[in-house]
Amino acid sequence: MDLFKMFSKPDNSKDIAKERLKLVLIHDRANVSPQFLEMIKGEIINVISDYMEIDESGLEIKLTRTKRDSDNSTVPALVANIPIRKMKDSGKV
Amino acid sequence: MGEVIVVTSGKGGVGKTTTTANLGTGLALRGKNVVLVDADIGLRNLDVVMGLENRIVYDLVDVVDGNCRLRQALIKDKRYSTLYLLPAAQTKDKSAVNPQQMQKLCQELAEEYDYVIVDCPAGIEQGFKNAIAGASRAVVVTTPEVSAVRDADRIIGLLEASGLRNPQLVINRLRIDMVKRGDMMNIDDMIDILAIDLIGVVPDDEAIVISTNRGEPAVTNEASMAGQAYRNIVRRIMGEDVPFMNLESDSGFVSRLAKMFGFKKIK
Repeated sequence: MDLFKMFSKPDNSKDIAKERLKLVLIHDRANVSPQFLEMIKGEIINVISDYMEIDESGLEIKLTRTKRDSDNSTVPALVANIPIRKMKDSGKV
Repeated sequence: MGEVIVVTSGKGGVGKTTTTANLGTGLALRGKNVVLVDADIGLRNLDVVMGLENRIVYDLVDVVDGNCRLRQALIKDKRYSTLYLLPAAQTKDKSAVNPQQMQKLCQELAEEYDYVIVDCPAGIEQGFKNAIAGASRAVVVTTPEVSAVRDADRIIGLLEASGLRNPQLVINRLRIDMVKRGDMMNIDDMIDILAIDLIGVVPDDEAIVISTNRGEPAVTNEASMAGQAYRNIVRRIMGEDVPFMNLESDSGFVSRLAKMFGFKKIK
């Protein structure tokens, strides 16, 4: 029994290839420029900063795909991971 | 009126020329009148893969420029009575021909032949535009690698934008042993990503290298797995319904492999 195998990630190299391909194709198909995500990132920071204090260095934003709940088909999705430090007063009820 | 089929891929080295040679020879073996057109001007290779390199007098550019008649430039393959090759020019470049000229040429050929098969150069520039200009149908060749699948996806988009809807996919150089241990994308993975119809799967086979060395397409080799795969694709191109076998099912590896490519029994 190979111990390393038991505890390593279950991903086969072909699964990694498929995942990487799916991601790169979203960009290719959408014809997204490298500046595109940076622009969105900047705008999101602007909007959210009015309501909460966020950790800008920890902000992650990516274009990916996800399964749609209604018919289980794959659709592109914009996923943002925004760590919040604290809410601002203006954001409180 | 015959059909004009372009064989394309985006990425180089995935087997466009080999596929063109084998499909054309296979169709001729089934009695169809076939002409192969090498659209890779400046980097011609279909002539050597077909073993016809010593018989070139005129080429595609000569025809387009009016230096000779179309009939004079066509090389008749002596081994298969209904097969012809229109070679590319080797000393010119892609700009020697434009899409309108290619369209006219393909039209003329389609009047006389059942199948006009155009070997497209790698890339997405002028050579690609020339090669697809006269086509009514497209075959996209890819291999189970990220780079080749990515380029195939791009090509599919460009084909559709040019009005060549429903291109069909050939997956080339599949290694079943690697697929089995999860180190190579399988057929479903690639269909899932590219979302186009599959027309054939060609296993990685030494017979391809050997047959290219000899200038004799593998489709004529009864013992070759790749040859059998090409014979199946030829039948599908002609509209026959040849079933694909499922990789994951069945017990024995060899019988699964054999079934997949249409062998009844391994001798």
